[in-house]
Amino acid sequence: MSDPILSLTGVRADIDQYHILHGVDLRVPKGELTVLLGRNGAGKSTTLRTIMGLTTVTGGQVRFRGEDITGQPTPRIARQGIAFVPENMGIFSLLTVRENMVLAAVSGPMDEQRLNWIFELFPPLKKFWNRPAGNLSGGQKQMLAIARAVIEPRELLLVDEPTKGLAPAIINDLADAFEQLKQQQVSILLVEQNFNFSRRLGQSVAVMNDGGVVYAGQMAELADDEDLQQELLGLGLGAHQ
Amino acid sequence: MSAHDEILEPRPQGVLARFRAFREKRPHLFLLVLMMLVAFFMMDPRTWVVLTISGLAMGAMVFLMASGMTLTFGLMNVLNLAHGAFISLGAFAGATVLVHWLNASAGESSLLANLAAVVPALGFALAVAGLVGLLFERLVIRPVYGDHLKQILVTVGGSIILMEMIHVIWGPNEIPVPRPDALTGAFLLPESWPVIGGVALEKYRLIAVILGLAVYGMMTWVIEHTRTGILIRAGVEDQEMVEVHGYRIRLLFLGVFVAGSALAGLGGAMWAMYREIITAHMGDELMISVIVVIILGGLGSIKGCFYGAVLVGLINLYVGYLEPRLAAVATVGLMVGVLMWRPQGLIPVIKV
Repeated sequence: MSDPILSLTGVRADIDQYHILHGVDLRVPKGELTVLLGRNGAGKSTTLRTIMGLTTVTGGQVRFRGEDITGQPTPRIARQGIAFVPENMGIFSLLTVRENMVLAAVSGPMDEQRLNWIFELFPPLKKFWNRPAGNLSGGQKQMLAIARAVIEPRELLLVDEPTKGLAPAIINDLADAFEQLKQQQVSILLVEQNFNFSRRLGQSVAVMNDGGVVYAGQMAELADDEDLQQELLGLGLGAHQ
Repeated sequence: MSAHDEILEPRPQGVLARFRAFREKRPHLFLLVLMMLVAFFMMDPRTWVVLTISGLAMGAMVFLMASGMTLTFGLMNVLNLAHGAFISLGAFAGATVLVHWLNASAGESSLLANLAAVVPALGFALAVAGLVGLLFERLVIRPVYGDHLKQILVTVGGSIILMEMIHVIWGPNEIPVPRPDALTGAFLLPESWPVIGGVALEKYRLIAVILGLAVYGMMTWVIEHTRTGILIRAGVEDQEMVEVHGYRIRLLFLGVFVAGSALAGLGGAMWAMYREIITAHMGDELMISVIVVIILGGLGSIKGCFYGAVLVGLINLYVGYLEPRLAAVATVGLMVGVLMWRPQGLIPVIKV
């Protein structure tokens, strides 16, 4: 495995008085799509939020491109090239689609070519360009959320359950989009509960349970190894197979 | 921010349906037109013109004072009860420059000489209030973000300190503020005009209206069309996501707070020249109007704040003329009436 673009070592995090992460060890290889699996409450979303600096780290270390980013303020982490799509998508619903994108293009005017590429990936965004984002459907909002994350070249995308509550056709569109991002060698850490979606896209995989990573390896190995799946099914993958 | 819920609705048919749609979609315009019409039929047209211009002028000045507070509440969710102190501060700072300048150029009544006194006075008021706002945000507001109760306690305390500072610097007495010659007096409408010919319109009030409209136009433009404006609107909705995109929300807060304080100072200085006498507590007295305006308009909405201020200005003048004893009640009565009709205010900013 090449040098990881992101690595977490013994990361601990609390929300109020609850200990959510008890020493998470995770490596996200550069240029690969890594899937983070695990049942509800395992700490997957908190792991992403902790990487972004939205949840305070109480122990351990987060390194991005080899540099320690533990405890840095969120805007600084974002500016280093990490984009985050939260589970609720975080769309600014009172802003138009265009304004959402303008805001996401942090370093200035949007790159025309990149925008056209995004329009090809997600045609509805072009159609509703000047409409309030709050009027979009759930799937369109997810498209906008991902479009915002990639309007400028980013080194690492953190995406939290993009398929949640979406129709199969739209999930396919999203999968195509992730395939294209993979071809562009963008490193992606994807939290998923949908194992079929994960198996199709993931190159490496990590499984979390009770605030820690309990399995990490290649997706192909996990997909082929029935016994291993069986063992991890107990951790909650079964419902989605 | 508007047009949101109008997209897929068909146009209403029939006069009554259109009237209803107008009332629901443009409650601010509906109320404004209604109030002006009712007043028009209750008084002489010439009086009505004078009162309307005066009401608009008062509204414009109250808007300047209130716009900052509605923005700090809408974006930062901060209840700054020291806002009135910034109004007083602006008034005193502006008056100081004005007195100094007019003494220096005593006797000159040319428009240019007068403008040369007024523009620096307003500029100084803006700068002093903005600068003190910067320190105030750092020292007083910053530790209490996200806690309304503490904000109320701390900002009331801060307000007392600021007003005592005014006493320390300018003394405890009322200070008369000279209004430059070019801004006193009135324009006479030509006698040949039907109905309202010969009506005298006070110059200063017209200037206040123009300045208020200019600031409103500028603020609307910034909020609707610039990246900063997009950030402010985004911040009102979801601060965390603004940070996730790489923007420092605290810096934005600071900028908005400074701008809001500066505008309060500008409004205070305008009010000082309007009333021609100032006290350290004038800000506190004006805070009642300011709070009514921002609640009436819908907390956090610039447009709502503008229309709220105009409505408060107009009702004050109309009722003050028709039944002077009810003038003070009318402002609060207007707020109560509007809130019973629309509890969210005229143009609410929807928080998600």
